[in-house]
Amino acid sequence: MSELPLRFSSGRVRAAFAFMVAVGLVLPHLVYPVLVMNVLCMALFASAFNLLLGYAGLLSFGHAAFLGTAGYLAGYGLKVLGLSTELALLLGTASAALLGALVGGLAIRRSGIYFAMITLGFAQLVYFLAVQMPFTGGDDGLQGVPRGRVLGLFSLEGNLRAYYFVYLVFLGAFFLLYRTIHSPFGHVLRAIRENEPRALSLGYDVDRYKLLAFVVSAALSGLAGAMKTVVFQSETLTDVHWLMSGEVILMTLLGGLGTVLGPSVGALVVLLLENGLAGFGSYTTVITGVVFVVGVLAFRRGFVGEALGLMRKFPF
Amino acid sequence: MQALFGQLLLGLINGSFYALLSLGLAIIFGLLDIVNFAHGTLYMMGAFAAYLLLSEFQVGFFPALFLAPAAVGLFGIVVERTMLRRLYRLDSLYGLLLTFGLALIIEGLFHHRYGNSGTPYPVPELLRGGLALPFMYLPLYRAFAVVTAALVCFGAWLVIERTRLGSYLRAGTENPRLSQAFGLNVPLMRTLTYGFGSALAAFAGVMAAPIYQVSPAMGSNLVIVVFAVVVIGGMGSIAGSILTGLGLGVVEGLTRYLYPEASSVVVFLVMAGVLLLRPAGLFGRTR
Repeated sequence: MSELPLRFSSGRVRAAFAFMVAVGLVLPHLVYPVLVMNVLCMALFASAFNLLLGYAGLLSFGHAAFLGTAGYLAGYGLKVLGLSTELALLLGTASAALLGALVGGLAIRRSGIYFAMITLGFAQLVYFLAVQMPFTGGDDGLQGVPRGRVLGLFSLEGNLRAYYFVYLVFLGAFFLLYRTIHSPFGHVLRAIRENEPRALSLGYDVDRYKLLAFVVSAALSGLAGAMKTVVFQSETLTDVHWLMSGEVILMTLLGGLGTVLGPSVGALVVLLLENGLAGFGSYTTVITGVVFVVGVLAFRRGFVGEALGLMRKFPF
Repeated sequence: MQALFGQLLLGLINGSFYALLSLGLAIIFGLLDIVNFAHGTLYMMGAFAAYLLLSEFQVGFFPALFLAPAAVGLFGIVVERTMLRRLYRLDSLYGLLLTFGLALIIEGLFHHRYGNSGTPYPVPELLRGGLALPFMYLPLYRAFAVVTAALVCFGAWLVIERTRLGSYLRAGTENPRLSQAFGLNVPLMRTLTYGFGSALAAFAGVMAAPIYQVSPAMGSNLVIVVFAVVVIGGMGSIAGSILTGLGLGVVEGLTRYLYPEASSVVVFLVMAGVLLLRPAGLFGRTR
């Protein structure tokens, strides 16, 4: 993780982004839009998670709590309160940010591996609450959630319309993350990851930086969860389960820890894998586990990390 | 009254499982620098080993109490030799992720073979029935479980804190490189420690089999609670882990009596409280 960053000219970066944006515009006409929307939601989730693990070096094993809480509250807002879509997303994001401030505030009191165990514990607490609270629908989940109208005007019925809305939100959130990573704040996070005592002795209030990173990461994970509810028009316990917390780690690891594009690539790969494996039924977990083990043992830099390594070796 | 004491007893039993598991986690973390997510899986494997011994080979509970941990311990040794040792030079988060992947694989396989629903394991003949005490009915098996688990915990504490073998382990935990320079075979100790921790978890699993259903999911939910127990107690002291485990089991039992809805979350609430008031954990020394 401590390698020097590869410097791209800003023109190249812009060209790459323009290409991606173009692909995203055409894609729903070639592939089933719901599939692409799912990838976008999980890509945002993994990118938000990566801010914490890849840049601040904090392993949260409980990020499903933010995805799920926001998903449930956005669903509740749309279905019961009759909110417009953007307000429901806002409700989800804000609730995840609040939860992030609570969990993060407690978790950063310990470091290293304890941090992972604490976040996992609190996520399990949220899971049990989701199981027991009446409004979540327990095992049945929250079903039949309307997609609502953006600003109360534009209906999102119809997958293509929904897609372009989700795509717009994704681009905005992704750009926000990109700016965060490359801001002075992002550089301080990296300094903390590399050498916390030194960052502290340089006068940085390490705990405040960590907490802020945690809250931003939780909030954007929440945005991803709320969007997921809008896309699938339902929310279930899967999104708050610890398996989901593991899955986002897997996506980030496979794509490339601490790279801007890695988590999105990882999300795409993992979801394609799961789609392809749907026929294998109960072997899906086993194969996910195998991918995890192989990834940790032999592929720690991930796809984007390896690609960057190659580009460093053979500059063109 | 009857219900209260029944829940307290169950709490004590669960507490001793927490103690056995967090003890294993603590010594593995101490020497290997790995948080073993697969610990709950090893516990599940212990229970399944006992079940299979009974159903396939007609081997009863008491032999299983030794055979199952031995088998799972061997499995642990293989895992350490083939996989975990590749990670010692890396950040300890990779150990957590690798064991998480292992847990998924093993649980998935058991799930595929034995389905979701649990299988009951009969209480051994010798320990059926119970004692009618003035304040409660005491099932013999549960009394046996509490006493045995307490003895094993005490035995493990004695070995680690009071014997030469234990002093090697503590030296290796304190400073592996220096211990190695003094001639201790640290790699071998790591292998054995992982095997021993696995065996302890499997032992708890065998003990749990007659009380709970034997099911593939029994371990992963437990391990998350045990992690919280470890956060609360801190991994600094062996006796601390044991006391914390027992204490939290009792707290959970009390909650199940007073306010059953909260019993599944009470440990996490205690964790939040401890983090607020004593961030290093009850028996912890460092952050």
